[in-house]
Amino acid sequence: MNDVLLMLVSILDSTIRVSTPLILCAMAGVFSERSGIVDIGLEGKMLAGAFAAAATAAVTGSAWLGLGCAIIVSVGMALLHGFACITHRGNQVVSGLAINILASGLTVTLGIAWFAQGGQTPQLSGDARFAALEFPGAAAVADVPVIGAIYSELLSGHNLLVYIALLAVPLTWWVIFRSRFGLRLRAVGENPQAVDTAGISVAWLRYRAVMCAGLLCGIAGTYLSTAQNAAFLKDMSAGKGYIALAALIFGKWHPKAALFACLLFGFLEALSVRLQGVQLPVIGEVPVQLMQALPYVLTVILLAGFIGKAIAPKAIGIPYNKER
Amino acid sequence: MSNRTLPAWIDIGLIPLINICLAFIVSAGVIMLIGESPLEAVQVMLFGAFGYGEGIGYTLYYATNFIFTGLAVAVAFHAGLFNIGGEGQAYLGGLGVGLICLMLDSWLPWWALLPFAIVAGALFGAAWAYIPAYLQAYRGSHIVITTIMFNFIASALMVYLLVNVLIEPGSMSPQTRSLAEGATLPYMYQVFAAFGIEIEQSPLNVSLILALLACVLVWLLIWHTRWGYAIRMIGFNEKAAVYSGINTRRTIVISMCISGALAAMVGINEVMGAQQRVLLEFVAGAGFTGIAVSLMGRNHPLGIIAASILFGALYQGGAELSFEISTITRDLVVVIQGLVILFCGALAYMLKPTLEKLFLRYTLSKAARRDNLAEEAQS
Repeated sequence: MNDVLLMLVSILDSTIRVSTPLILCAMAGVFSERSGIVDIGLEGKMLAGAFAAAATAAVTGSAWLGLGCAIIVSVGMALLHGFACITHRGNQVVSGLAINILASGLTVTLGIAWFAQGGQTPQLSGDARFAALEFPGAAAVADVPVIGAIYSELLSGHNLLVYIALLAVPLTWWVIFRSRFGLRLRAVGENPQAVDTAGISVAWLRYRAVMCAGLLCGIAGTYLSTAQNAAFLKDMSAGKGYIALAALIFGKWHPKAALFACLLFGFLEALSVRLQGVQLPVIGEVPVQLMQALPYVLTVILLAGFIGKAIAPKAIGIPYNKER
Repeated sequence: MSNRTLPAWIDIGLIPLINICLAFIVSAGVIMLIGESPLEAVQVMLFGAFGYGEGIGYTLYYATNFIFTGLAVAVAFHAGLFNIGGEGQAYLGGLGVGLICLMLDSWLPWWALLPFAIVAGALFGAAWAYIPAYLQAYRGSHIVITTIMFNFIASALMVYLLVNVLIEPGSMSPQTRSLAEGATLPYMYQVFAAFGIEIEQSPLNVSLILALLACVLVWLLIWHTRWGYAIRMIGFNEKAAVYSGINTRRTIVISMCISGALAAMVGINEVMGAQQRVLLEFVAGAGFTGIAVSLMGRNHPLGIIAASILFGALYQGGAELSFEISTITRDLVVVIQGLVILFCGALAYMLKPTLEKLFLRYTLSKAARRDNLAEEAQS
């Protein structure tokens, strides 16, 4: 009984670890896509953020400076995205794709030039990383059955960015659904003409939305390279941005639902690591690749309307042209 | 902004050219940022890509892949669809080519096997494009998202197949057995040797001819057939297409299947030609490069050939560059590729208003001068 509990707790524990960048990116996607800007560039912004964070932390020895730098770089890329598709009404998918490709090439090129370690940054340690936070009394209650394990393993012992990610969800919900900015942001994603007629600048609203997205992607990238890992590795985002995009759609562009989608996808990943090479009763061994592909398959099935309907913001992907 | 348009030569000639130049200027900035000389890099790249026989061979070998994926993106684009799934379609197409070759390679010589391989690859690639196309046309899910998802599903599927099913028994690396010798596509140097012309060895094989053939076929299809008309009409104005009696849903599915089949031809070049087996990640980003190629080539076969050669040269030159200058790797080519997509795609019309203004001022001042002259002549 206790063994089962411990295993469950440890799977849930790694679920939270794996889900953190997904949650941050999905919230970034909520901001951007609710304002009508398709954000395929989540992956690229996160990757660039991861590199900026690790590079800064390696040079300065401060994880906090790394976080700041990651946010600046990621917001910079978000502004580039905005410049292309808000100011110049370019194709948003093409722009996002360009950002992803650019980030994947640029991080490695600069990494090799600056650190000469095959595109990696030096190993980070000490203050250059975000360390685990121990909740008060976690060690003391660790031996208490059930509650002890849950408190000390599952809730305590993560780093700050994990808790920031979990806080980002209610915050995003509040901003999107309870603040004036959020009301306008949703309106600009559904009907930009109406917002424009009300005398509010569509472009400036959308710019602010993509900047929010950049900020969150920067934190996600920082988590990857300075908290989860101790260095930047080539292409370390490894499709997480796309999984977050899938989770965003799976969560129907809603923060709470997207959170659960992220946790589900994270759980699948954590489970697939655990199940590798294990013979299950009846089904036999589950291929790892099946578990990896499951988020994508589920999203495709959802988009096809077989499990509920995902309705995107109406004006998504359409550049706003005032003169029409 | 006025609705007055620019003359064609500015619109399809000058603007893309300026955009490409901008992409290269920023790339030069990146090279300077990492402390190398852009001029030296360009020299190394140009020599590596065109300076000697083997280099040219490699350039054209890479270009072959990009022609296929570029055409694939272009055909979908003409129907107003953005096919990001070229990577997955090429991957699955390669599986089709590989399977039929593995089945028949001990019995058939390459020239008899090739038609089967083309059909099998095209079927696999088209099937992989069919599902997103069907979902877009009949269930309203967005093709961009589904094709992205399908890239990842294809990748997972291929890893599973190569690790667990198709792996050569006793082998440690996830790849199939090599094809029988007579069943692989002849290299171009062998073809030339048969005519008594010596050229240097490279993986360039007869699929280049297939690629050029595909360009002609796509040109005929898009601009000289009923189907092509329907495809272009949907891309131009879907509502008008519906009212003129075109079955838009079926046409969307057909154009995506053609697109998938074209992307799958990468499998012919790689599986039956250069690698002679199915291995992991053999597409190596050609599907994404196809997007840049198609944007740069303005979705026209001739433009695509030119852009493919440019990207082939970048890939081959980039490889050379990483030999010559230790701080530069092939990732620089990825940067350039991203910049080309950014400037030729997303920022394509950044300069249009400015150029329009300049052009109008120029023509107006010319007209004014003419009027002045006319008045003077009258008085």
